[in-house]
Amino acid sequence: MWDLFLSHYNYWIVIFLMMIGFYIVMSRHNLVKKLIGLNIFQTSVFLFYISVGKVSDGTAPIITQDISRYSNPLPHVLILTAIVVGVATTSLGLALVVRLKEAYGTIEEDEINDMDAAD
Amino acid sequence: MIVATNLALLAFLVITACAIARMRNLFVVTMLSGIYSLLSATVFVLLDAVDVAFTEAAVGAGITTVLLLGALLLSNSEARPRKHRFAHYGPLLLVILMGSALIYATLDPRMPKFGGAQAPAHTRVAPEYLRDTVRQVGRSKPTPVHIPNVVTTTLASYRGFDTLGEVVVIFTAGVAVMILLGGGTYRQRRRRGKASEAGKADG
Repeated sequence: MWDLFLSHYNYWIVIFLMMIGFYIVMSRHNLVKKLIGLNIFQTSVFLFYISVGKVSDGTAPIITQDISRYSNPLPHVLILTAIVVGVATTSLGLALVVRLKEAYGTIEEDEINDMDAAD
Repeated sequence: MIVATNLALLAFLVITACAIARMRNLFVVTMLSGIYSLLSATVFVLLDAVDVAFTEAAVGAGITTVLLLGALLLSNSEARPRKHRFAHYGPLLLVILMGSALIYATLDPRMPKFGGAQAPAHTRVAPEYLRDTVRQVGRSKPTPVHIPNVVTTTLASYRGFDTLGEVVVIFTAGVAVMILLGGGTYRQRRRRGKASEAGKADG
């Protein structure tokens, strides 16, 4: 039982964080908060990849003389790219939020929908 | 020791995420998301992903927080409380169902155990990169790819085109942000110009 817990704990936490992020995206009307929820979702996927790449008793993949067991460097490379792309999409989303605020005077999604329906 | 730290840090991550979901003040939410990024960077160090931890701490906790603060400056800093009391039950139910389905999927015996050296992810491409880098570093004379950090060699050499694609994505996002926000300032300038003309006409 304890073995099962230890060997799956990271996966379960990742799923829990992913679901919290998804819940924020779905249930909150505030657009900034939706973007932060999206960030939480994203980070949970990063954690999943890094957890998969971990080898027990391994070290960081930097080659030295007397170590022969390293963690998998490939997920690290993928996630390095994903983090930077994530910031690019976040900044684009925030720019859209600022423009929406200029155009509608609010950043609540349901109010914007009501205004569009009223027109 | 490492296992205990891992357990504790991941529990902190969950607590921070729950707090983010509950808070309505967007400034508090921004600060909590900075803490969240920093905590995840610590977890990355623990899981041997030091380069990822660097990037997450600099980009996730640093730049994203600054961007969020800038956006809050230009818009509201308080989220409105929800209108309908029971509106969040639907998403909650969906999330619980989906989460339990995913957890059920991890209980499959074929799911690789955390830290297992025989997992499918470790058997194909990565060992070749590692072996190649070990061979390069082991030589007495430096070779063109004489960098001990395997993540760096993979990012810049073996998978260089992926990194080029990443740069294209960032460039596109930057151009899009400049179009979106630059247009706004232009409009405001024009509006201000019109207002001052009207003021002159009145005077």
